[in-house]
Amino acid sequence: MTSAAAQRVRAPHLSGGGVRQPPLERAGAILRTVLLVLGALLFLIPFYLIIRTALATEPEIAELEFTLWPAKAQWQNFADVFSNSQVPFARALLNSVLVSVVQTVLTVVLAALAGYGLARIPYRYSGLVSGLVLATLMIPAAVTFVPTFVMVSSLGWVSSLRGLIIPGLFSALAVFLFRQQFSDFPRDLEEAGRIDGLGYFGVFWRIVVPNTGAVFAAIGAITFLASWNAFLWPLVIGQDPNSWTIQVALSAYTTSQNPNYSQLFAAATIATVPVLLLFVGLQRFIRQGYESTGSTG
Amino acid sequence: MSSAAAPAASRPWWRVLAGNQNRNLWFWAFVGPFFVGLLIFVYIPILWSLYLSFFDARNTVTPTDFVGLQNYATMLTDPNFLSSLGTFALFAVFIVPVTFVFSLGLALAINRTRWFQAFYRSAFFLPTACSYVVASLVWKMAIFNGLPSGLANTVLSWFGIGNIAWLSITDPPWYWLVLVTLRLWLQVGFYMILFLAGLQRIPPILYEAAAIDGAKPGWQTLRYITLPQLRATSAAVLVLLLINAFQAFDEFYNTLSSFGSYPPYARPPLVYLYFIAFGREQNLGQGSAGAIILAVLVGLVTILQLRFLRERDGARR
Repeated sequence: MTSAAAQRVRAPHLSGGGVRQPPLERAGAILRTVLLVLGALLFLIPFYLIIRTALATEPEIAELEFTLWPAKAQWQNFADVFSNSQVPFARALLNSVLVSVVQTVLTVVLAALAGYGLARIPYRYSGLVSGLVLATLMIPAAVTFVPTFVMVSSLGWVSSLRGLIIPGLFSALAVFLFRQQFSDFPRDLEEAGRIDGLGYFGVFWRIVVPNTGAVFAAIGAITFLASWNAFLWPLVIGQDPNSWTIQVALSAYTTSQNPNYSQLFAAATIATVPVLLLFVGLQRFIRQGYESTGSTG
Repeated sequence: MSSAAAPAASRPWWRVLAGNQNRNLWFWAFVGPFFVGLLIFVYIPILWSLYLSFFDARNTVTPTDFVGLQNYATMLTDPNFLSSLGTFALFAVFIVPVTFVFSLGLALAINRTRWFQAFYRSAFFLPTACSYVVASLVWKMAIFNGLPSGLANTVLSWFGIGNIAWLSITDPPWYWLVLVTLRLWLQVGFYMILFLAGLQRIPPILYEAAAIDGAKPGWQTLRYITLPQLRATSAAVLVLLLINAFQAFDEFYNTLSSFGSYPPYARPPLVYLYFIAFGREQNLGQGSAGAIILAVLVGLVTILQLRFLRERDGARR
């Protein structure tokens, strides 16, 4: 088939605003574009609302009319967040950073090692171990919050960073994704490493890890996001305000009596913008990670 | 001499345990840290909860008062527990089909668009980076705050519709609109990405063949090629949507509770469980029984759904 012919038969699924489009299809394309643009703008409105309210004064928020944009942006609100007398936002932010960073690093290390062991090291009971790991995928994490609390409180870890971080480190999903990636890794490369005298760890560390950066980035970014945005577990375990994460602090302030709206939204901005930037920067990896999550069901 | 006759017996036991080329040792060096953690923080808690669920465990994790199946009986006859399952069912009836249709529609539209694909994809995907807590705050206090200055009421006033107190009334239950739109905004991009990936896996040759066979682009190709090719993705999306709806907690807790108290209605299972186990009573025995009932329910639903989809898949072939 010549390329011109191929182009013609392919046309139906390619679409777009070509020159020789039938009018009906053209109308469809225009309608589609209008809907997509409107939808995209609609989806960005909540972000605009966060920033608008964060920069407004209290009287502007209390007005009867919708305020499109504050008369004068109150950057002071962001500083005031940290001197809020009701909620220790600075401490909460620090806790969130510590928890998310440590949880991300440890989750990735533990899951990558386990994934590689399950993918590549022959062992008689490997199947059984795999089964026990994968079975926990069937149990939604949120349903186990009562059991895990029972365990963690008997260890005396309530309201501590340990209690916030450690129970969340054992993600079967991350192991599963790593195992899948490492199973697809070219065996020839690993064999070459073995011939050069590398052991299991040497092959993993010097050959496999440097060549699977994308999956590390994907799982790391997804873990970080989930950890930063987590709410139920930090709420259950953080019974003392000094162990609150930023999400728990925001929630406590939202549901408190008479919160200061602009400070609340300024705090929400501080809690959201850094992860949003990270998300935009790593979007490609996060997308790939989610895609493989979806295909595993 | 003995090494030739019985090689295995002559090897010291630690050599046997270590395995050929120390493979067993290496296996556990790699998998062990994770696996031990999984046992301690997933398996043991579940077993412990199973144990607790047979005791009267208020404010304690080492109870002595054995009550048999009493906690299960209490849970299963508690109208509040049953109504929490009802709340989940109602929520799922709204959120599952709406999110499914919207995410599929978006994926189809973006897949066919030639310009600014990356922009649309990012705009719809961006909310997945936002936390439910922050989204709840925006929905509760800026969009659906029930004041004339709220976004929803402002837009309605353009059409001459009066003020609606979205979250503080139960009749009509407008809070469902708040909860569903919130979760839709936050999740739809995630499922859209799954559908886009599914669409990109469809071999173009199928469309070429259909065009040669005279299938009209549009509805016919969608109905007979695109949708059947997306069946695996659709199954995954449905299961994920249902499991995620079942685990709804954050947005319910943050939009509906105020001044530290949660209204008696609209308590999905996890919210109910949270108040049983961590509310005034700290009834961990009953909470554990509830957790186990819910875990069994989720497992059953997932298995049934996967089996149903697989069977239908098999029947079609």
